[in-house]
Amino acid sequence: MIDRHLHHATKLGRHPSNFRLNGTPVITVLLGSMVTALPVIAQFPSMPPFGLLILLAWRLMRPELWRAWIGLPLALFDDMLSGQPIGSAMCLWTLMLIGIDAVEHRMVWRGYRQDWLIAAVAIIFCLAGGAFFVHITGGAPIKLILVAPQMLWTILLFPYIVRQCAGIDRWRVMA
Amino acid sequence: MARPPSRRPGHNRKAQYSLFASYVVAVTGAVVGLLLVVVAIFDPTGFAAIRAGTAELTRPVSTGLRHMVGGVASIDEVLAAYWRAGSQNVALRRQVEADRNRIIEAKGIAQENARLKKLLKLVDEDQSELLAARLISSSASSARRFARLNAGNWQGVKAGMPVRAPEGLIGRVFTTTPNTAEVLLLTDGSNIVPVRRTNGNIPAISTGLGDGTLEIRALSAGRNPFKPGDLLVTSGIGGIYQPNIPVAVVVRVQGEIAYGVPLANPSRVDAVVVERAFEQVVTRSEAEAAAPLEGPAADDATAP
Repeated sequence: MIDRHLHHATKLGRHPSNFRLNGTPVITVLLGSMVTALPVIAQFPSMPPFGLLILLAWRLMRPELWRAWIGLPLALFDDMLSGQPIGSAMCLWTLMLIGIDAVEHRMVWRGYRQDWLIAAVAIIFCLAGGAFFVHITGGAPIKLILVAPQMLWTILLFPYIVRQCAGIDRWRVMA
Repeated sequence: MARPPSRRPGHNRKAQYSLFASYVVAVTGAVVGLLLVVVAIFDPTGFAAIRAGTAELTRPVSTGLRHMVGGVASIDEVLAAYWRAGSQNVALRRQVEADRNRIIEAKGIAQENARLKKLLKLVDEDQSELLAARLISSSASSARRFARLNAGNWQGVKAGMPVRAPEGLIGRVFTTTPNTAEVLLLTDGSNIVPVRRTNGNIPAISTGLGDGTLEIRALSAGRNPFKPGDLLVTSGIGGIYQPNIPVAVVVRVQGEIAYGVPLANPSRVDAVVVERAFEQVVTRSEAEAAAPLEGPAADDATAP
């Protein structure tokens, strides 16, 4: 074999199982939401919302994979683990996905930078919205400076997450 | 790269309806989510039962990892201990000798205290400690400050119980599941603790700011009585928290408000103690017990 990436060529004609095709993205998002189970006792909102990041990565990389309602079950699971009031991510993630659907076709050109821009706006929307929901359900008053560092490194982490998702996607579609 | 292909399904009616239905479901779901948040405004612990499943599911993972991380996190401390070990040893030895005298004095005071309480017929039931447990994870990505405790309903933990570490107050139990409990940390915006300054006995209210610090407002009118370095302990007013649990140290004063830092850092404490909610109770002698207890009697209990 000249190129090890051609290794899968021997499996031509076979198709990956349905579970692998449809289940893998869902499982990665759920695992991303479960990162909050790590034994880190944070003093301020410091951990990037990995569930949201992975959802965004799949959505922008594979627009045909999911309809907008996929945000509901995934966000409910995220709400159960994140400590946000239940319903917060359900509302925000779904609005975000509908928003991406609406915006996507207004852009004439799409590339890596445009994807990152869409993701950055989506992340700022979800984190600011989350802080707002926390405020109205009895948390501290909104100070955007409190979530600003989290926004910053979530946005900076996005390209890395996309790359990992692309790697998983490659495995997913190969039989 | 050109933009991705349009989602519009062309003339296929079935595909059009399916796409439309998916948006209807999504919008309805978003509205339901919003309603759930609105419900949470009035009943913050209402949907705690939904969380039980995931909390129980992730508990073994968090507990297992906690043991590993504990070992890794303390490596720097171990290494730092070797730095200037000799001079540190001498200093610590002197400290121990100084402390020994203090401990003997304190024991004497404790005995005297017990004797005086007996004279006053005050029965100080100190059965406040319920159990010791560990904090295993937290709401690290949320603006709320919750930590998850490795003990729950089945171990006797109930909502509202105070949680403390040897260094100071950690918070109180917010919700429970069979084997885990969510602890509302001291630094959460909705955690309000009645405190007093150790010298001068000035009552104040401590509120979390969500960023690891506390906002402390004196209850007395007039100018701000706090200065940096003041120690704050719980006052026991209003129940829940036992009096005299260390809470915070004031670091900055700005106008009417003082800012404090909690004495117990939940990410560094090894184990925490769940205590029974504090109630001001006074037991009188038999003769007086026959008569109904009067209101002012409760005030005596706070005096040591």
